[in-house]
Amino acid sequence: MAHAHASNVKRIWTVFFILSVVTIVEVILGIIRPEWSMTMVVGMKILNWIFIILTLVKAYYIAWAFMHLEGEKGSFRWSIVLPLIILIPYLIALLLTEGHYIHEVMREGFISWDF
Amino acid sequence: MEATVTTATEGKVWGGGNRPLGASYGKMMIWYFILSDALTFSGFLAAYGLTRFKFIDSWPIADEVFNHFPFLHGVDAPMYYVALMTFILIFSSVTMVLAVDAGHQMKRSKVAWYMFFTVIGGLIFLGSQAWEWKNFIQGSYGAVETKGGQILQFVDADTGKRLALSDFATPNTEAKQSVNVNGITAEVDQAEHIYAVNDIVEGFNANQNVLIRTEKLNEHGHKTLLTREQSAEKLKSAVHVVEGANLIRNEYGNKQFADFFFFITGFHGFHVFTGVVLNIIIFFNVILGTYEKRKSYEMVEKVGLYWHFVDLVWVFVFTFFYLV
Repeated sequence: MAHAHASNVKRIWTVFFILSVVTIVEVILGIIRPEWSMTMVVGMKILNWIFIILTLVKAYYIAWAFMHLEGEKGSFRWSIVLPLIILIPYLIALLLTEGHYIHEVMREGFISWDF
Repeated sequence: MEATVTTATEGKVWGGGNRPLGASYGKMMIWYFILSDALTFSGFLAAYGLTRFKFIDSWPIADEVFNHFPFLHGVDAPMYYVALMTFILIFSSVTMVLAVDAGHQMKRSKVAWYMFFTVIGGLIFLGSQAWEWKNFIQGSYGAVETKGGQILQFVDADTGKRLALSDFATPNTEAKQSVNVNGITAEVDQAEHIYAVNDIVEGFNANQNVLIRTEKLNEHGHKTLLTREQSAEKLKSAVHVVEGANLIRNEYGNKQFADFFFFITGFHGFHVFTGVVLNIIIFFNVILGTYEKRKSYEMVEKVGLYWHFVDLVWVFVFTFFYLV
């Protein structure tokens, strides 16, 4: 918390501007879906990687500026962020690998799912 | 990392008045609630990811499903509406953080106004989501389901555009099925608007320009379009007419698609609703001068954290449901 009680209005509008620009870029990319972004990189289209990175950028600005994590003590900040950055990638890695495996089984199996 | 307990106050560490991690009790607890809620949403989205990978070659294309915009009937407007909803929510986050900022400076009427705008933003978002659900549940084209549980959709061979059931078929047999826009009541009140599989087959045979497309995605990421002969063959396995969406089946494709849509956007919408209620309570407390008497607007900040979290979740839902 800002103890000086200084106004952060300028910072707030800057962040709003950044979030808006990022969202507009996402929507434009989502509509035109450029051909170059359809190449697969590490199991996913470049476009999807761009979307995910831009989403994390937005999440960073919301958490750091709007939720004012940047003003909290480092230890408090880590106690919130660390569990998330450990558990979420772990969960995603397990479930997506499993989903991919189920897909392969359904495709290669002896049973047809489309009849 | 800073130390949790300050050494200067060693003598009275347990005597109260300490602020572990430099945060007040209420703020710390709302943060840890947010942490656990974030993990809940991660669980939902990761489960969505698993299902999506499981059906990676047949998942519905979001641009084709969410393409409505108010007052633009029949216009293909992919994503514009969800983008607008995102802006509404981000903007209400801005007014919220401005309210918190005004609270730090003890400016009561400013806090009240910003809280008011935040509530309005939240209500507009909820209304938009209700409209989105209405379109999703009602459906716009209709489809048939095969006995293998796959969805078949209809396309005009001349224009390449999707065909609604009403474009080529007429209901004339008495259908006894509840999978319809109007649900059970339709069976009774509007029986003449319900299609039976037979009606679709007759309409298909009478109109040479009708083709079928399957759920399968081809190498360009489009749905596979069958030839007229393949379509006729495929239509033989149709067992249900599907219009709109419910938790059992939907006209867009994979059954889990609608389930996840209802569950994830519904759970998020419930959070927004809760946030709006909390914001209204805070708004009245500000007007009544509760925080003025308390000489601290920290309650605005705590509810603000929850409201920003709701916005944060929407950013992820927007990406994984509508963009990716």
